Amino acid sequence: MNTGIPLEYFLVMATLMFFAGVYGFITRKNLITILMSVELMLNAVNIMLLAFNRYLYPNQLEGHFFALFVIAVAASEAAVAIAIIINIYRSFHSIDVEKTDEMKY
Amino acid sequence: MNLDNFLLMRHELVLTIITLIVLIADLSIKEDKKQRIIPIAIFLFGVNAIIGFFPVVTGNLFGNMYKISDLQCTMKNVLNIGVFIILLQSVEWLKSTDNKLKISEFYLLIFSTLIGMQFMISAGSFLMLYLGLELATIPMAALAAYDKSRSTSAEAGVKLILSAAMSSAVLLLGITFIYGTTGSTYFDVVSLKFSNNPLQTLAFILFFSGMAFKISLVPFHLWTADVYEGSPVNVTSYLSVISKGASAFILIIVLFSVFNSISMIWKPLMYIISVLTMTIGNLFAIRQQNMKRFLAFSSIAQAGFILLGIIGANGVGMTSVIYFIFIYIFSNLGAFGVVSVIYYKTKKENMDDYDGLYLTNPKLSLVMMLALFSLAGIPPVAGFFGKFFLFTAAATSGYYWLVFIAVLNATISLYYYLLVVKAMFINKSDNPIAYFKTDAPAKAALIMCVVGIFFIGFLSVIYSYMASISYGI
Repeated sequence: MNTGIPLEYFLVMATLMFFAGVYGFITRKNLITILMSVELMLNAVNIMLLAFNRYLYPNQLEGHFFALFVIAVAASEAAVAIAIIINIYRSFHSIDVEKTDEMKY
Repeated sequence: MNLDNFLLMRHELVLTIITLIVLIADLSIKEDKKQRIIPIAIFLFGVNAIIGFFPVVTGNLFGNMYKISDLQCTMKNVLNIGVFIILLQSVEWLKSTDNKLKISEFYLLIFSTLIGMQFMISAGSFLMLYLGLELATIPMAALAAYDKSRSTSAEAGVKLILSAAMSSAVLLLGITFIYGTTGSTYFDVVSLKFSNNPLQTLAFILFFSGMAFKISLVPFHLWTADVYEGSPVNVTSYLSVISKGASAFILIIVLFSVFNSISMIWKPLMYIISVLTMTIGNLFAIRQQNMKRFLAFSSIAQAGFILLGIIGANGVGMTSVIYFIFIYIFSNLGAFGVVSVIYYKTKKENMDDYDGLYLTNPKLSLVMMLALFSLAGIPPVAGFFGKFFLFTAAATSGYYWLVFIAVLNATISLYYYLLVVKAMFINKSDNPIAYFKTDAPAKAALIMCVVGIFFIGFLSVIYSYMASISYGI
């Protein structure tokens, strides 16, 4: 079994990363930065999956596979989101969330 | 493993093949004749829907990753019927000049989301569920942003994809904790090792938040109204009926078969969320003027009623949820069908524009009235039976106060549904929508909806079949 960095360190760091992402998602005004915050959250989840797999269940690979799929899905999500953001830029001439408020309440 | 086993996933296989055929057909048709893709796609999807009704073999594939039984098969068939009606309704819209070059994109995106939903329903592990959910969500954002020239459409798309990404990150965090505490992502293993220790409860709540976002339960509903208003009408009906239905199906399967050991935790949670969802959805629906926004809030309220069946946690509950969504497809698509026909003929979608509609377009107003009566749950039409069984399911488990609140909410909902009926039949208008002919496919779709609304409630075969395949905790 590993004698290096304990599991808790990974979990604490990943949690901090995740909530940094949540904070960024809520406070940022630029659509691209919001997208980056979401990616940060997904990466935090990946770290957690890998740490759980490596430390608690070293004989199986489910966590590793899951992380691989999450990376692929995150990439495709970013592709579609950026395509839509480009479209937003064409119609609003800005990617600021405060400008994209044609529909409210 | 031999090749016969693959036939177990024939819903998804046939749909994948159809998607590929549409893709290839699109490449081989010249630019000015792209409309030929419409009958091809609708015919192929009709074939797919019929193949779905062939008797199933129960089994699982890929080491329990994928499960199929009569229950999942029925759920998929219900979704197939709904998508078929939506395809018929969208013909007129796809023929417009704006969409000349991207007709097949609509079919490709809608079929891939449907494949995602069907894999999600058949999931036997959280990995499959997550992949299905994402396959159902990412193309959906592209569909919401389909009208490239309209800025509200792009706004709806970006709102959908960013909030969906956020919610799926939360859901993933839940799945990660489930994996960390149980050592597996497979439903069978997880359900044995799940108990109500704090970390697993947290994991469940995170997972549930992610799912609640998809069904747009309060307090996770804030994206709904904006996305519904901005998307093209037919995409809105797809979002509000098929997407919501599929997520409700997988939620009930997961709650009953994986999280059954902590039902004492999720029942009070459901209780509160159900009351909040019904009440807030109804109160916000009253003040809406835009028909799409109005139907968005009404669909939030309907999601609250769906929870009533889940909270019962018995066989009646699962039956009533499937039955309710089956009826909800016909009634909501009837209402959205009329809204879309009127929108593409006249570009009007406000409630005031519907004043005096009965005098000029009596048939459309009658269909709309029936659909709204069915959504409200007025006795002779099917919607009444759907709501009745949901209330029965909750009352059987002793939730009398919840049923009482739900009945109150059903009464409130009657008020705002009747506002539309009043606008169409009683209000006078100087400038009513002129008479127009509905196109044939949309007419066929509306006739299907009316037949469904009238007869499903009286065909007890449907309910008893659904009851025979459902299970409780």
